[in-house]
Amino acid sequence: MALEKPYQDIPGTTVFDGDMARIGFHLNQFCMSLQSEENRKAFFADERGYMSKWPMSEEQIQAVLERDLNRLLALGGNIYYLVKITMAEGMSVAAAVSTMTDMSTEEYMDMMKKGGRSPEGNRYIGESE
Amino acid sequence: MAKITAGVGTSHVPLLGRIIDINQTDTEEWRPVFSGYDFTRQWIANEKPDVVVLVYNDHANAFDMKMIPTFAIGCGESYHPADEGYGARPVPPVKGDAELSWHIAQSVIQQGFDLTIINEMEVDHGLTVPMSLMFGQPEAWPCKVVPIMVNTVVYPAPSGERCLALGKAIRKAIESYDGDLNIQVWGTGGMSHQLLGARAGIINREWDTAFLDKLSDKQEELAKIPQTEYIRETGTEGSETVMWLIMRGALGDNVKEIHRHYHVPISNTALGHIVFETKD
Repeated sequence: MALEKPYQDIPGTTVFDGDMARIGFHLNQFCMSLQSEENRKAFFADERGYMSKWPMSEEQIQAVLERDLNRLLALGGNIYYLVKITMAEGMSVAAAVSTMTDMSTEEYMDMMKKGGRSPEGNRYIGESE
Repeated sequence: MAKITAGVGTSHVPLLGRIIDINQTDTEEWRPVFSGYDFTRQWIANEKPDVVVLVYNDHANAFDMKMIPTFAIGCGESYHPADEGYGARPVPPVKGDAELSWHIAQSVIQQGFDLTIINEMEVDHGLTVPMSLMFGQPEAWPCKVVPIMVNTVVYPAPSGERCLALGKAIRKAIESYDGDLNIQVWGTGGMSHQLLGARAGIINREWDTAFLDKLSDKQEELAKIPQTEYIRETGTEGSETVMWLIMRGALGDNVKEIHRHYHVPISNTALGHIVFETKD
């Protein structure tokens, strides 16, 4: 029997469950390697070459090169791991987070200052339509 | 005999640590956030706990995808702050209480909680930010720490019922410890936040407030909340709030709330903070 995933009807949300952890294992371990300054230097000097040390899919590699965080989430990336790439480039976590929304970083920060995104209309897929 | 005298709940947003480290807590922007801890800092300076049992989660800093313990206990003599990708925080090393940790480990495992025992590990902002919020910037931390690390990064996190029961088991363990110690239990993380996807930035003040309201005496009701509700109502990372139930479970049946603070936003997150004194 398949595992229950009662969170799949939540809009705009990828829950990092076992399936995601399995397909994203090497991607996340690559991200983890960026904790060290030496590795960050090697990565930025030759991104594709550096990533070849992990058996990542071409899709994952392409999404890292494009810094496409939403796509990386869909490919098994975990947000705490993914922001290691953007933090290494001097980007704040909030700025990185904003790239996954339909807002500019400024608009996103402004929304947060005004109390954040309301849960109203954001609990179930389709409820806001 | 060792005694649990108080419990503290607090968010552990990394930005709070950064603001403390660069001495910006008194600025116009940050004063409203940190003033909510003024009471607690004075209170704890009088309370002088010998040991804090500090419940937190690691955020892919000291641990990676190789090993993911659901519940773990630090049994080391000390824990160094982790380098989270931009240098370790300039805070003192955390002193452990290895003897008490091993006592809790044995007691709790024999009560049915199969904790992972960790003798060497670094600790990230999940543990060090609460220390800074309560104690400021001392040269050495004024108490020892028993770290209880919980997985909230990979779904599923342990259930609320298990967290509450683990707290109760920790209480039993501490009550059977011979050392004459004043012990506090802290639950950290949360409250509302979602750091990912198109729904990022969700904040549910109403839900967070109801959680804080119920934490005094409706903890059994809170323990029944499934992780999907935390995610739906307060965001994927809002799931961390379940760790506060370990703290609450450790405080016994009757508590008195003596302080509360809530602020939105800290970066992407709703900050919650509460202080309880135990009554029995």
